[in-house]
Amino acid sequence: MSDLNQKMAAKYQNNFLKEIEEQAEMGEWVKMCMQCGLCSGSCPTNFQAGWDHPPQELFMMIRAGKRDEVLKSNSMWMCTSCYNCYVRCPRKVPVTHVMHGIAEYAYRIGQSPKNQPTQHLSKTFWDNCTKTGRVNEVKLTQSLYFKDGIGSGIKKAMEMQSVALGLVKAKRLNLLEAVGIAHKCKDIKGIHAMLAKANELEAKRKAEKAEA
Amino acid sequence: MADVKTAAYICKGCEIGTRLDTDALVKAATKSGKMNIVREHDFLCSAEGVALIQNDIDNEGVTHAALCACSRRAKTDAFNFPTIAVSRGNLREGVIWIRPDTDAARETTQDMAEDYVRMACAEVKAMQVPQGNQNTGAVKTLLVVGGGISGMTSALESSKAGYKVVLVEKTGALGGWAAKLHKRVPTREPFKAPEDNGVSDMVARIEADSNIKVYLNATIAKTDGAPGRFKVEIAIESGSVANEDIGAIVQATGFTLYDANKLPELGYGKSPNVVDQAGLEALASAAAAAGKPICRPSDGQPVNKVVFVQCAGQRDNSGTHLPYCSGFCCNTSIKQAMYFKDSNPDIDTVVLFTDLRTPGNGEDFYRSAQNKGVIFSKGVVSDVSAAGNACSVKFKDLILNEEVDTQADLVVLATGMVPTSGPDLDQLSEANRVAEGGDEGAKQHVVELMSKSVLNLTYRQGPDVPHFKHGFNDSHFICFPYETRRTAMYTAGPVRRPMDIAQAQEDATGAAMKAIQAMENAGLGKAAHPRAGDLSFPTVRLEGCTQCKRCTVECPFGAIDEDAKRFPLFNESRCRRCGTCMGACPVRVISFENYSVNTVGSQIKAVDVPDEFAEKPRILILACENDAYPALDMAAMNRHEYDPFVRVIPIRCLGSVNTIWITDALNGGYDGVMLMGCKHGEEYQCHFVKGSELGRYRLSKVGDTLKGMNLETERVMDLEVAITDIATLPQKINDYAALIKSFPPSPFKGF
Repeated sequence: MSDLNQKMAAKYQNNFLKEIEEQAEMGEWVKMCMQCGLCSGSCPTNFQAGWDHPPQELFMMIRAGKRDEVLKSNSMWMCTSCYNCYVRCPRKVPVTHVMHGIAEYAYRIGQSPKNQPTQHLSKTFWDNCTKTGRVNEVKLTQSLYFKDGIGSGIKKAMEMQSVALGLVKAKRLNLLEAVGIAHKCKDIKGIHAMLAKANELEAKRKAEKAEA
Repeated sequence: MADVKTAAYICKGCEIGTRLDTDALVKAATKSGKMNIVREHDFLCSAEGVALIQNDIDNEGVTHAALCACSRRAKTDAFNFPTIAVSRGNLREGVIWIRPDTDAARETTQDMAEDYVRMACAEVKAMQVPQGNQNTGAVKTLLVVGGGISGMTSALESSKAGYKVVLVEKTGALGGWAAKLHKRVPTREPFKAPEDNGVSDMVARIEADSNIKVYLNATIAKTDGAPGRFKVEIAIESGSVANEDIGAIVQATGFTLYDANKLPELGYGKSPNVVDQAGLEALASAAAAAGKPICRPSDGQPVNKVVFVQCAGQRDNSGTHLPYCSGFCCNTSIKQAMYFKDSNPDIDTVVLFTDLRTPGNGEDFYRSAQNKGVIFSKGVVSDVSAAGNACSVKFKDLILNEEVDTQADLVVLATGMVPTSGPDLDQLSEANRVAEGGDEGAKQHVVELMSKSVLNLTYRQGPDVPHFKHGFNDSHFICFPYETRRTAMYTAGPVRRPMDIAQAQEDATGAAMKAIQAMENAGLGKAAHPRAGDLSFPTVRLEGCTQCKRCTVECPFGAIDEDAKRFPLFNESRCRRCGTCMGACPVRVISFENYSVNTVGSQIKAVDVPDEFAEKPRILILACENDAYPALDMAAMNRHEYDPFVRVIPIRCLGSVNTIWITDALNGGYDGVMLMGCKHGEEYQCHFVKGSELGRYRLSKVGDTLKGMNLETERVMDLEVAITDIATLPQKINDYAALIKSFPPSPFKGF
């Protein structure tokens, strides 16, 4: 992964804007930002959750060539995908998509922040879901709770005990999933084949871009 | 004078007939008004009603008519009788619409209506039909000073409208700044790329136009006369002098770029690689002529990075540089960045701005530049240093909040516009005053200031149109565009306010239309804005004049000179008919045919002032017809009620208020006098520039008179009213009425 990072850094020298435009999905929109700040003003998270940089600032940093700071920033991962900024942007910049595009690129070249909760959730969710075609709720919850170790995992589990019991009573949670007896899709092979093909296409496209 | 026959007409439409006792109104017109004919009509502004009046004029010989119906601002098309004197009694907006329809209010409402009928009758008897001065000049040739885009547009548009134009240009070629542009900001869909500057086409059209006479290498040596009969001397560089008869003037003298030498901190003058926008246009034109890309001036090598510094010496609050935004420079920098991007997309172009302002369709142009890869960074440049062939630009990035140092091959400074607006008249008169004392330095200063003069007017107020803010020739660019504070002289383009080519062309067209209107009006003896079409003009009864010169000094438009015997000499076509001279005159010898000390004074006296036991105070309101009276009318349309004890008389301007009216009102037993005029001072909104200010200055002296009469000073109140004060004005009237009612009745009642 860091090979790719070095390769990209070498390829674009100091032109990080061009790198984002060519390599990150929707990156070509970054230059269209006019720094009005409506995206930041519209964000319902109000940046209370500890964003490193609001969207328009991130875009400005890309233009200023602050490669490391942008790629290692947690900002793209803090987006809740509410699409407020997307809808309101007077320049019609698809801010939400651009954020996701930069996040994905940072992850792809191994520069995204380690142990970032939303990134962890995305990864865990994806791995969990693609295994059987359906989400195994118990295992997903487990891997989230015990992310930071046994102690904090037990503590979180105890806190959520009544919720879990309520879900079990309402038959929304099957505890047998813990031992692998869980709902799954009928044609798992077919799904895996489909995902593999999609992965192949995506990887090919990105590799072509990286080589271009 | 022909026989006078007076008539009053009482309209009963719009509920006037049901809300008021019209029989009593007829009686008021007959008994108190002493009108020869008094008629009622159910619907006076209808064709039938108008025909009734016209019939009386034609067959009964009516010469003076008081139309008691709606406001004088309403139904002016219907009640248009130019051959007779007409006054209007405002029974609708002035009475029934501002009073509640209740039994309790009926009596005071009726009193109000009867007073307005009496006032209309009194006023019309003091009026004459304005004749218009037949001796003003009828020249219909327009002088356009300045042959840039604005001047050429004014000339072409006036020619298209069928008028002769004299176009005077200081340099040897038409085109001005625009001719120096490599390309201009786009004017057409899709507003994405710079386009040809269009100057050669305009020059060709001017050269082919038989209506337009062009003087190149020429300046205005002298402008004498008045609208419709200016005598202009044009000095040509070769030494010859041409004389032209001119009707009106459009001054389109444009601008110069702010001197970038005043910006050493931005590197100008230290390196040939730091240029202003005009400098870059020159580089671009030269490069295009040579068929090469724009190169670095220091060594002719290719340019890899250009930094554009916006607001260089502009929007400066420290008082050192220009305080204003010039409005054109953001689009220009975008355009210039495209010169580079269009030739080679790999050239870095960075625009450092604090607020990017792209008027017109510039937003599309801005987007297009972003698409082409021009980088826009919000930052303030503190220093540009040049070492060898490279420049180093230090700026504070306002988004990322950090100091940045960036390298560039070329730095372009967006300096602003400085108007070519002639000398500052205040400075000039001060210099003249000092120079009269024999001071050599001051004499030199006068010569230096006069050398900047554009029009060289022979007016007593100075050789040019006055400056407004920041040295621009303007009066009030929102309310009165193109107007200067001299009649029949209009400014267009960047001499009026900073603007780009598209705005300047629109401006030039507007100014040309205004100038044409002014010439036409001057030829007919009619006033220009804001009393456009008014035929009345001030006359002075010279045998009463004491030569105090107040009228000559106070006239906001320099319309009054002094003749050889030091009596006031009116240049009617310069006059805007505000009546400031009439208000100023201590011996009251100045009047208009339809507006005089007597037309207002007789209205004041016509009001019935009940005795002190009646508990019906009387408050006189003198309301400016430009803002306050329309505001009152609109308040009435919205049915905002106000006190029934006020009597409103419209006046042309607060400046026309002669203090005798206030004295007469107070002596006549009025309990209070309220004056409503426009805002004055730096942000003035007075339609006659200085009228409200002068009026207020005079009123400031009234307090002593009141004390001398043993009256409370609050009995005369001055209120600043804007046309938008529709909702608040009635409340202010009521508050004042309440204050007056808290005082004992005027001791002058019943004398």
